Amino acid sequence: MNGSHDLGGMQNMGPIRYEKNEPVFHARWEGRIYAMNRALGLWRKWNGYSSRYQSEQFSPADYFRMSYYERWYTRIVQLLVNNKMVTPAEIERGKPAKGSTKATPPLTADQVVPMFTKGVFAGRDLAGAAPRFRAGQPVRVRNMHPTGHTRLPRYARGKPGTLERDYGVFPFPDAIAHFLPDKPQHVYSVRFAARELWGEQAKPQDAVYIDLWDDYLEPA
Amino acid sequence: MDTTRRGFLKTAVTAAGAAAAHDHAHAQDHDHEHQAVPSDLTLRVKSLESLLVQKGLVDRAALDALVDTYEHKLGPRNGARVVARAWVDPAYKQRLLADTDAAIAELGFGGQQGERMVAIENTPQVHNLVVCTLCSCYPWSVLGLPPVWYKSAAYRSRAVIDPRGVLREFGTEVPEDAEVRVWDSTADLRYLVLPERPAGAENLSEEALAALITRDAMIGVAKVKSPREGGRS
Repeated sequence: MNGSHDLGGMQNMGPIRYEKNEPVFHARWEGRIYAMNRALGLWRKWNGYSSRYQSEQFSPADYFRMSYYERWYTRIVQLLVNNKMVTPAEIERGKPAKGSTKATPPLTADQVVPMFTKGVFAGRDLAGAAPRFRAGQPVRVRNMHPTGHTRLPRYARGKPGTLERDYGVFPFPDAIAHFLPDKPQHVYSVRFAARELWGEQAKPQDAVYIDLWDDYLEPA
Repeated sequence: MDTTRRGFLKTAVTAAGAAAAHDHAHAQDHDHEHQAVPSDLTLRVKSLESLLVQKGLVDRAALDALVDTYEHKLGPRNGARVVARAWVDPAYKQRLLADTDAAIAELGFGGQQGERMVAIENTPQVHNLVVCTLCSCYPWSVLGLPPVWYKSAAYRSRAVIDPRGVLREFGTEVPEDAEVRVWDSTADLRYLVLPERPAGAENLSEEALAALITRDAMIGVAKVKSPREGGRS
């Protein structure tokens, strides 16, 4: 979707506001909503890409008005209701409906440190489509504008680049964000000359590297 | 249309098929600290947590452990130890560049199973800068959660089109003839910049080196300052 989240190359977004000695969370509720999001993810009712897509559907006005963690709050309420894990009435009252059953949380305190600080990348053995491209090859990004979720930023569409590195096989966000059958495929690091993206204002030697799925590319 | 914050949230929740909460008198949760004038969001998040705990959808102690983990266990000190080790141990540096996850795990750090770490090395000729233009992807296992500016529209929009301007805003000068490489984290790769070891730090211990290395240097918006320049300041 060509939404407000796809920000690369936009201008007039204001100065970068730097905060010295910034705390991890600026208020207690930020930490709590962050933790709830992570813990609820383990119910496996959604995945990282489908929950990103949930945020991408905020209207542009809402997207820019909300703070980062306001978006997380709003998104998790939507995900909980859409997945029938809570009802709107329960959200309103802050209490379970009469007679509702009590579940067993999938995440307990003792699992947190091993799961969130010791996990090791587990995607190496994922089987997928054979790579259509190889390192060193010139490629072009397809000109496509899907209305659903994609991880292909607008500023790269139609642009020529050079495939620098094959990172192996990963799940395909454009499918799994919509709970369609996965289409695992190779992800590559593709180098784009800054001038191909932005014209003469860029330095000739500068470059942008973008991680792109096989389906996003065509031979140059 | 109601333009107040509560009005907006009402709209958002209604969009999901829910009604807004106007009455927080039922909030169950009185055992945590109270603010004199709690914000609407404070109350709403508290109410949501109470509901989810009562329904058995989350375990409150697990939430406490998650907050503690991100506040105290994950953070740029982990990344600084990785970089310092790479500076003093050339064999480790080679492993870090070749198989970043395994090299980070050697020091006891890890993260998400679905994400693969990649270390990218700064040199006098190449300066690397990391951004996520589409959301807020960030190497949590070595840097913790990202600062607000990293997640801001200002940084996400400009880093790719005007990286040298962004670097100047951070007080970082890259020579005119050096190459700036911007890494847009659009997939499940997470990038850690391996900054250059500053002059004047030749004789420092690994621990003293780690104390010089900042989060900003590992994102690529800054360089590591020499001890003479005041290190981390």
